[in-house]
Amino acid sequence: MKHLLSTKGLGRAEAIGLLDIAEDMADVANREVKKLPTLRGKTVVNLFFEDSTRTRISFEAAAKRLSADVINFSAKGSSVSKGESLKDTAQTLAAMGADGVVIRHPASGAPEVLAASGWIDAGIINAGDGTHEHPTQALLDAFTIRRRLHGSASRGKGLDGVRVTIVGDVLHSRVARSNLWLLTTLGAEVTFVAPPTLLPMDMSAWPAAVGFDLDAAIAAKPDVIMMLRIQAERMNAAFFPNSREYSRRWGLDDERFARLAPASIVMHPGPMNRGLEISSAAADSAASTVLEQVANGVSVRMAALYLLMSGDREDS
Amino acid sequence: MPNHRTSGTPWLIRGATLADGTRTDLVLADGRIAEIGSGLSRLGATTVDSDGLIALPGLVDLHTHLREPGFEQSETILTGSQAAAVGGFTSVFAMANTSPVQDTAGVVEQVLALGEQAGYVTVQPIGAVTVGLAGERLAELGAMATSRARVRVFSDDGFCVSDPLLMRRALEYVKAFDGVIAQHAQEPRLTEKAQMNEGALSSELGLAGWPAVAEESIIARDVLLAEHVGSRLHVCHVSTAGSVDVIRWAKARGINVTAEATPHHLLLTEDLLRGYDARFKVNPPLRRTEDVEALRSGLADGTIDIVATDHAPHPVEAKDCEWDAAANGMVGLESALSVVHAAVVESGLLGWSDVARVLSAAPARIGRAPGQGQGIIVGAPAELTLYDPAASRVFGRADLAGKGANSPYLNMTLPGRVIATFHRGYATVLDGALRSAGEIRSERENNHG
Amino acid sequence: MARTVLSQADIARALTRISHEILESNRGPDKLVILGIPTRGVVLAQRIAETIQRIEPTATDVRVGSLDVTMYRDDLTRTRTRTPSRTLVPGSIDGVTVVLVDDVLYSGRTIRAALDALGDHGRPTIVRLAVLVDRGHRELPIRADFVGKNLPSSTDERINLHLLEVDGDEFVSIDGGAVSDLAGQDAR
Repeated sequence: MKHLLSTKGLGRAEAIGLLDIAEDMADVANREVKKLPTLRGKTVVNLFFEDSTRTRISFEAAAKRLSADVINFSAKGSSVSKGESLKDTAQTLAAMGADGVVIRHPASGAPEVLAASGWIDAGIINAGDGTHEHPTQALLDAFTIRRRLHGSASRGKGLDGVRVTIVGDVLHSRVARSNLWLLTTLGAEVTFVAPPTLLPMDMSAWPAAVGFDLDAAIAAKPDVIMMLRIQAERMNAAFFPNSREYSRRWGLDDERFARLAPASIVMHPGPMNRGLEISSAAADSAASTVLEQVANGVSVRMAALYLLMSGDREDS
Repeated sequence: MPNHRTSGTPWLIRGATLADGTRTDLVLADGRIAEIGSGLSRLGATTVDSDGLIALPGLVDLHTHLREPGFEQSETILTGSQAAAVGGFTSVFAMANTSPVQDTAGVVEQVLALGEQAGYVTVQPIGAVTVGLAGERLAELGAMATSRARVRVFSDDGFCVSDPLLMRRALEYVKAFDGVIAQHAQEPRLTEKAQMNEGALSSELGLAGWPAVAEESIIARDVLLAEHVGSRLHVCHVSTAGSVDVIRWAKARGINVTAEATPHHLLLTEDLLRGYDARFKVNPPLRRTEDVEALRSGLADGTIDIVATDHAPHPVEAKDCEWDAAANGMVGLESALSVVHAAVVESGLLGWSDVARVLSAAPARIGRAPGQGQGIIVGAPAELTLYDPAASRVFGRADLAGKGANSPYLNMTLPGRVIATFHRGYATVLDGALRSAGEIRSERENNHG
Repeated sequence: MARTVLSQADIARALTRISHEILESNRGPDKLVILGIPTRGVVLAQRIAETIQRIEPTATDVRVGSLDVTMYRDDLTRTRTRTPSRTLVPGSIDGVTVVLVDDVLYSGRTIRAALDALGDHGRPTIVRLAVLVDRGHRELPIRADFVGKNLPSSTDERINLHLLEVDGDEFVSIDGGAVSDLAGQDAR
């Protein structure tokens, strides 16, 4: 694997292979020494043009568990905020000898531009670009679902027939997009539920069912329900009248949570707005995988870093 | 200087094919087309063997960004004029979004003078509709109209005159001097932060959508305003099938509206945006195949009157970056005729007479450009271009004569090639190569001397 | 032209002998952990564990598992990306005897990686090495304690080691010379 830019186009075998390696990486966390020497002498740069402490520390932990050196390059307070271009930043990192770049950027496609540019010859991992994709989040979500369903027998398995309902701001969500492509590649059936204003204008090319009614979606007893975060800035932009109405129609409140099938999984990519898109009872229940998702994030990112940074890059 | 030519030195163009298919010789003398017919000869004339070449009237671009004054790192009036000549143009209308903005008589006269000084094409300045393109109050439209630049086309291009009352006033006011408002139709609220055509692909790529309705609703409003006040409206760079329908309806109703399509909107679709290559970032954005087809048939049936390039040069760094940060625009003068050839001539929708109409006669008429677009007739100013329709080339950086390298056609194979361009009776392009500024200068001195 | 050097019966006899030697050197089956190195080493480790259990039916603590060394290799950036195999260490390895089992001992680099990997799981009292074939050409100061068959070979020869559970048939053969392809060969 040369870069990990999106889950669209990721093959089923490739995706399952990555999740299987993530299982091996998860095992490392249970050992006496929770570290592998695999990327000793390699440098991973976390290039964050957008604040995300959670994602950054997850990648940082992953790189460090593989013994890589980690440089955190944050746009805030650096030359980037003074107008330095992506090109100059990339060439600077190349000159420092970065072997892998984890990039978070507010512009959709920025990781792809970086990978295609020739400015830097390093493996690029997309850690979230604009409203496009967030592939490692989808991979950790798939990993989490697979573990809940199959436990220690997860290796080699897809998510065939698993019904996943994703609720919330699909329009602006890179998590929703990455999950759509990955989960369907793995055989799951994806349904989006959102206010019509928070759905993309044309979803005809998406292999997903779309609905506006959360109660109907819950009545269909999905295996997994994933609640997306509502960003504060949407509330001021007339996407919906106010947070109370949103919560009433599209929030996973206690009453809706109770109507889910007992074996359902409740997911949230975090950070959560408790009481808005998800109630505390749902978030803290045994059905919730919120904390597992965080732990699994490190394993999945270790697998991605391993696949990108080992191997002869000319060959891959 | 060797091979010294003066305006007294006539040109004999031998064996060219006119747009209607007839084969003829042409004599250019004293800045005019002196003779048309077969077996012509002229004492002292320089002969241009034009076997297999089409003689088209000099092309007129109603929509060019020359960037000077203010943005000379992107283009100057000289380099933009050279790009135009290489593309077969003999006249360009220079958009008003310079710095300072072309919103006073002084600035438009400066642009006119710099165009004359360059000498490759007639540079006709466009005046801003509103002061500083700010969309708040009318610029001195009358002063620009009566200046030496004789401005007749007014546009805030880059911005839409979105205030309906201001648009109404502008349309009314320019009636006093037979002016026209060239509207950049883009409803600003519907296109906040817009990055590409809104549709299935924008949903997937996660780029903020520029919905077709944001263009169509402004055009619909403006044609009704033009009808109401009995004025003349020109719609810049029409890009959607719905816009073509609205304009077709307006024309059927007798509204005095004209419309342009760019070469890129006639050839390219949004699918090129996969990969986020900012060379394909343009405003209005590249649209769907259905839109391209509607523009082509609109051009064929006369709903769209003209092709105009929206030549928009940018420095390398404005495109060598992530999509959101990139500037909108493509260079288009050098490639326009080949792109029109590929988009609508090869498909049989337009013949060469139609090309002469949409790239010369009609834009000159809309822009009220004296000495342009009169066609290839005896006595008309010697503005013409010789085009080799059988040629084919992989379009490359070397085909660009302006400063901007932001062409979407680099590495694409395009048909045809401009072999020669004549402006005011002298050659600006000869044997497919641009003549130097020095050669042009001496031509002009002889011309006026 | 492949020449068979060990038949299925030869392999069985060699593993039985190795099992006896392991018991002898460990003075019985107590505190013994047999760890195979994937892929074929894991199969061999299981067979050795079963043999020991047969020899010492009263033994209760013969543990067997697998130790993947991919993440510890020193050639990760020199070859195509390797897909790791599973590591299953049965319980703690502190204070026990670990016998590492591999199919072919060659450069010794795999065993070096295995020793590093083992150290991250705990601190065994003794670590021993059992291999079915030792073909020589060591690049590191490593030697096997228990060897099924010493097979002096030249570097352009290829050793084929097939086991029923992995390959569907079972033998050790040697291919002569320059035309060998290295697919399936344990990398040096």
